[in-house]
Amino acid sequence: MSEGAAAMNAMSENWIAVGKLGDIPRLGSRRVLSRERTIAVFRTVNDEIYAIEDKCPHKEGPLSQGIVHDRCVTCPLHNWVISLETGEAQGADEGAVKTFRVRVADNGDILICTGDLAPAS
Amino acid sequence: MTKKKLVVVGNGMAPGRALEELFEQAPYAYDVTIFNAEPRVNYDRIMLSPVLAGEKTFDEIVIHGDRWYEDCGVRLLKGQKVVSIDRAKKTVTSEHGVVADYDKLLIATGSLPIVIPVPGHDLPGVLTYRDLDDVTAMLLAAQSGGRAVVIGGGLLGLEAAAGLKERGMDVTVLHLMPTLMERQLDAAAGHLLRRALENRGVNIITEANTKEILAAADGSGVRAVRLEDGTEIEADLVVMAVGIRPNAQLANDAGIETGRGILVDRHMRTSDRDILALGECVEFEGQVYGLVAPLYQMAGVVARELLDEDNDGFSDSALATKLKVTGVDLYSAGDFSDGEGREEIVLRDAAQGVYKRLVLEDNRIVGVVLYGDTADGGWFFQQVKDQTDVTEMRDTLIFGPAYAGGDALDPMAAVAALPDDAEICGCNGVCKGRIVSAITEKNLTALDDVRAHTKASASCGTCTGLVEQLMSLTLGDAFNPNAVKPMCGCTDLSHDDVRRLIKVKKLKTIPEVLHALEWKTSCGCAKCRPALNYYLVCDWPDEYADDYQSRFINERAHANIQKDGTYSVVPRMWGGQTSSKELRAIADVVDKFDIPTVKVTGGQRIDMLGIKKEDLPAVWADLGEAGFVSGHAYAKGLRTVKTCVGTDWCRFGTQDSTGLGVKIEKFMWGSWTPAKVKMAVSGCPRNCAEATCKDVGVVCVDSGYEIHFAGAAGLDIKGTEVLGLVKTEEEAIEHIAALVQMYREQGHYLERIYKWAKRIGYDEVRRQIMDDGEKRKAYYDRFVFSQKFAQVDPWSERASGKDKHEFRPMASVGLQAAE
Repeated sequence: MSEGAAAMNAMSENWIAVGKLGDIPRLGSRRVLSRERTIAVFRTVNDEIYAIEDKCPHKEGPLSQGIVHDRCVTCPLHNWVISLETGEAQGADEGAVKTFRVRVADNGDILICTGDLAPAS
Repeated sequence: MTKKKLVVVGNGMAPGRALEELFEQAPYAYDVTIFNAEPRVNYDRIMLSPVLAGEKTFDEIVIHGDRWYEDCGVRLLKGQKVVSIDRAKKTVTSEHGVVADYDKLLIATGSLPIVIPVPGHDLPGVLTYRDLDDVTAMLLAAQSGGRAVVIGGGLLGLEAAAGLKERGMDVTVLHLMPTLMERQLDAAAGHLLRRALENRGVNIITEANTKEILAAADGSGVRAVRLEDGTEIEADLVVMAVGIRPNAQLANDAGIETGRGILVDRHMRTSDRDILALGECVEFEGQVYGLVAPLYQMAGVVARELLDEDNDGFSDSALATKLKVTGVDLYSAGDFSDGEGREEIVLRDAAQGVYKRLVLEDNRIVGVVLYGDTADGGWFFQQVKDQTDVTEMRDTLIFGPAYAGGDALDPMAAVAALPDDAEICGCNGVCKGRIVSAITEKNLTALDDVRAHTKASASCGTCTGLVEQLMSLTLGDAFNPNAVKPMCGCTDLSHDDVRRLIKVKKLKTIPEVLHALEWKTSCGCAKCRPALNYYLVCDWPDEYADDYQSRFINERAHANIQKDGTYSVVPRMWGGQTSSKELRAIADVVDKFDIPTVKVTGGQRIDMLGIKKEDLPAVWADLGEAGFVSGHAYAKGLRTVKTCVGTDWCRFGTQDSTGLGVKIEKFMWGSWTPAKVKMAVSGCPRNCAEATCKDVGVVCVDSGYEIHFAGAAGLDIKGTEVLGLVKTEEEAIEHIAALVQMYREQGHYLERIYKWAKRIGYDEVRRQIMDDGEKRKAYYDRFVFSQKFAQVDPWSERASGKDKHEFRPMASVGLQAAE
């Protein structure tokens, strides 16, 4: 999402800090646990941050354990490649995983939008 | 309207092809039931010889798998031999009493091998060569080595002889006639063939008339074959391959007209109008058939006949033959006997082992014999079938299509000029038109895809060049047969190129490689990054900083991920030995962390499954206190060295196999390799540690240590190759480490030792490791150097806090606030 949109959302919804940028290795991922689900937060080679549900649309593999490349992650169970931006499976595979709005504050805090965390209605 | 019922007796290649054609034209015309006397699906009988020689597996020669029958709605009754046909009631009955009624019946009972009724022909140990059961029996006999006598020097006999020789038997061929394959070859080519086979160590006796097969003294099998002149040739196995005769018994019993075979007209109709027959069981105009091309032609006729379509019927035409013995190229077609009005063009180059002979009549080619260079066989055969007038190109005719007519030296033009119905693949009867339309309609760009869709060049493979030329013609620049297979979509370079360039350009980090080798993606992908990480670890052991983000999760977490996202943990048990203290520690860990499953692995280790990732460091800390280190069950690296108890306990043990296994494992653990490496040490040739299907194995013998390599027992099953025999444990360890280092430096990532060794050649491995002491020492030294940096227990590092971020969640959040 663009910075502008993020700022808009920040005004209308709550954002909570889940860690520092430095907590995640480049091309790596950390898990954030909530009551409903596990979220995988990724850091790309250019320090962009993405958050998607830690559950591959194929067989629910933990995407946080996959190899990160460009803006994608390859699932560790059966090598599906999932876009971190859209949550959609790439190539011939079909399926999508939920994405969450996330941004990095000036002080390096990683913030997730709480509006997205609510259980799916 | 109810569908008509078609019953097929026999499930060989001919009826298989007939049904394929039938379904292609009218998938719903018939309810089909097949009775197959053999307990299996339809397979490519032509390819039995490669199976015997170990070049193919049965699965690779299956034409129609179970799925095909299901998809086509065919009822296939395996192991059901039909014993009678009731033509009045229009039913058939199997020996197990299954009855099926038919509107149309197709008999395809094939042929029976001819057994020469000499005394002893029915002894155990006397086999024929006809189906998979015969091959299985021969392979079983070949396992214990010994001597084989093959009676019959025709196509099948020679293929059997070459296969058995390949399997390690001492083979003698007995042939009644003065030259080999006299029905397909002239005397000159027969002699060349004989010389080639003798050079491979096959003994050949011509004009040998078998008198008797002699039984072994204990009656368990055969002992020798005696010829008419009194010569005795020792034998543990006798294979009769003297020919086949049509199997027409069933039809004959039912009152259908038969001669040598079931009599059919050119529409494959028998004397009963509702019964068709095809294949090796039929006789047409006095001829019987044993080669695949005419049988496939019959199949096309049968399919049209079943659909009441007009057709020209079957016509007897010239036949082509190929010998399927790897390294012996032989091709013959048509009629090549001498005769009035016949002329011949001969090219003979004895030094190169090339012989070509064309027989001409009225300026047309009627016969072809090629030996040594058979590439032009298909083209010559086409000229025979087309009855081309060769007057214009006679001067250069023997040099084949490249020089024929005005299109000198352009093989593509010759292929382009072939008519659509020109046969490209003789084994599977695939013509040019079918291949071209498959390529264009299905957008096929790879040879394997064309094979999968058309079967062209999928059997013996000798027409591969032609198929590639067709692909090139059809696809233009989009097809490049010499294209190297790139590592992945991020680069056009192959694994070999990348490994070479990393060394030459001294590239020492992944970003450097991506930049210097002009990767197309910014940071690689999940295929190339782990490969690059390994290559750098291997090539610069002291300088490269391992990039954990480029490792697969198992190697990053030092445990094996399971389907539910939990992990399994396998501690190292050196050589598969453990103790009460270790077992007690494992039991305590299992209880403390509530580990749901404990399992003994195939590599003699204990696997604890279902551990939460967060618990891993604590589990390792407890295991570490008991002295355990990582078992690397997750690694592309040294996994396990399996052992038997050897001289410590076993009454058969010849050496301390457990001790050697422990030494090897303590010396080699921690080393990263292109793919996993599993080893074993057996204390005697009884081989209880199963060392002969491992990546590297040792079989102890009285005189020392026999080192084996390149075995497999996973996706592929393959016995090991012998590297050589050494006298001491120290030598064994040096040879094994050198071998593994050679593989570490040359293997492609994820390529197991058996694939690497096959790619570079087993003899090359032996030459560098066994024969070249200097090379071996250099490999060994490089291995020892790299181990200095590799032998750090990853579990104790992580139990003391390394890579904490890997194991802990970053945060837990409620809906209201961050914690």
